[in-house]
Amino acid sequence: MARAVTTRRKSLNTILAWAVGLLIFFPILWTILTSFKTEAQAIASPPIFLNFNWTLENYAIVQERSDYMRFLWNSVIIAGGSTILGVIIAVPAAWAMAFVPSKRTKDILLWMLSTKMLPAVGVLYPIYLLFIRLGLLDTRGGLVVVLMLINLPIIVWMLYTYFREIPGEILEAARMDGATLKEEILYVLTPMAVPGIASTVLLNFILAWNEAFWTLNLTAVDAAPLTAFIASYSSPEGLFFAKLSAASTMAIAPILILGWFSQKQLVRGLTFGAVK
Amino acid sequence: MGRIQLKSVTKSFGDVQVIPPLDLTIEDGEFTVFVGPSGCGKSTLLRLIAGLEDITSGSIDIDGADATDVPPAKRGLAMVFQSYALYPHMTVRKNIAFPLRMAKLDQAEIDKRVEGAASVLNLTDYLDRRPGQLSGGQRQRVAIGRAIVREPAAFLFDEPLSNLDAALRVGMRLEISELHERLATTMIYVTHDQVEAMTMADKIVVLQAGVIEQVGSPLELYRTPRNLFVAGFIGSPKMNFIEGPEAAKHGAQTIGIRPEHIAVSETEGEWSGVVSVSEHLGSDTFFHVHETGLAETITVRADGEVGFRHGDRIHLTPRADVIHRFDAQGLRIE
Repeated sequence: MARAVTTRRKSLNTILAWAVGLLIFFPILWTILTSFKTEAQAIASPPIFLNFNWTLENYAIVQERSDYMRFLWNSVIIAGGSTILGVIIAVPAAWAMAFVPSKRTKDILLWMLSTKMLPAVGVLYPIYLLFIRLGLLDTRGGLVVVLMLINLPIIVWMLYTYFREIPGEILEAARMDGATLKEEILYVLTPMAVPGIASTVLLNFILAWNEAFWTLNLTAVDAAPLTAFIASYSSPEGLFFAKLSAASTMAIAPILILGWFSQKQLVRGLTFGAVK
Repeated sequence: MGRIQLKSVTKSFGDVQVIPPLDLTIEDGEFTVFVGPSGCGKSTLLRLIAGLEDITSGSIDIDGADATDVPPAKRGLAMVFQSYALYPHMTVRKNIAFPLRMAKLDQAEIDKRVEGAASVLNLTDYLDRRPGQLSGGQRQRVAIGRAIVREPAAFLFDEPLSNLDAALRVGMRLEISELHERLATTMIYVTHDQVEAMTMADKIVVLQAGVIEQVGSPLELYRTPRNLFVAGFIGSPKMNFIEGPEAAKHGAQTIGIRPEHIAVSETEGEWSGVVSVSEHLGSDTFFHVHETGLAETITVRADGEVGFRHGDRIHLTPRADVIHRFDAQGLRIE
């Protein structure tokens, strides 16, 4: 029997959910609001919520001081490139683990995930040195590779869970029908896993977009993405909250919009396999 | 052509040997059925022939050529799976065309063959639908269509009818038999249902624990089962087995008598017992008889008009010419 939920209980739950949602969203809302204030209003005490002179001045100054489009483009290339490269590598890996499992498959998966537990700073020094040696510092290509490696375990895991849902007999049918391994993956597995691949791509694009540690440490000017763009406003000459907020808003806007439109796929992707 | 020869084939998963050394020849054009209880290795054997599993030792010849290390795609065999295994993202047309596309045939030829298969299988009106929009029987036909367009050396069927309801199963059974008549291509068919085996096969291979118990035509297996297992497996209702003094009378450890070979009478007969359950099928009646002193239950198949009921005492007479005799090892005594 389904649990009976009273109307009162329902409205209480709704209010609670909204409260938690707003609490989580509040910093972002505050950042957006602050971006429309003057510097004086931004640090006013007590804080001003809505009753201030709305201005676009900060955005104008930010755009004048630094070329937003260049940072945006770098973000797109780095996040997009690392995601695409990651998926290309992860699809065959996940295929092998899902359809030709060995005794050690589970261990390998756990080991891959365990690399995510390692503090990134632990490998910063070797990677930094490698980048110097290979001339990859402040290049988009270098960042694409590093971010791909950072997110690869998650991509493989997600694809693996998706592939596990696909009946192996269908792939065997393809093999019987004369498909080579490449054709089997290209014409049968991938199209069937499109929803899963889409949510994997989305999530990893967002993760790569938001990644700050490596992008800040391995870039300077040429390859600097939006994270560096924000960071440049917490400047040594003092904190300019309104401008910092404007820069932050500009940096998170694209991914916020993307996330909003793809929330259905994202939720599905994150809960996939939980319920059959 | 499709002559398939297994020579000393074995298969182990880890340390467990599921198929001990096995030899079998399937002649060109023959309808061979692998039958046995679940877990007897019949599906594994089919998958070895298909190449979906690697054999552990021995060899497999297809049309005289060693195919042991040939990948499934190159063996020239087509397979129909229990779950149909259709490509859910493709239309029926694309599903059937898939093997031809993989064979890099030109589009005109593909269209011709797909249309041909569709008309044979009554699928013409469904060509632009997706598998999800079809009934179980239609999906099964698409799976068969996908197999026949390739014009394979042999068809492999892995329990293709077990997901269908009873009425549809009988219909599809006939369709597959007709298809075999028309194409005259080798077919290997796996089932746990001895009725399917009896009705469709030219040759039945009875398997138990990976071992071939007997190979023969349906009637050979019915008339002269080689051992107790085959005797009990082939035929429905199951053969009655009687041990003890009654068997000794015939010079055997165990005797077997089929339910249809026992005559019933109200008044006289060799044995007697009490009816515990009577199952009326209309055409036949099955009596389950207790208290015979021979075995726990003796099953008797009688005419549909015979109307004994629970608790009635009846008399049974076996037909002497069709009593099967088995020795202590369970092997047939001629």
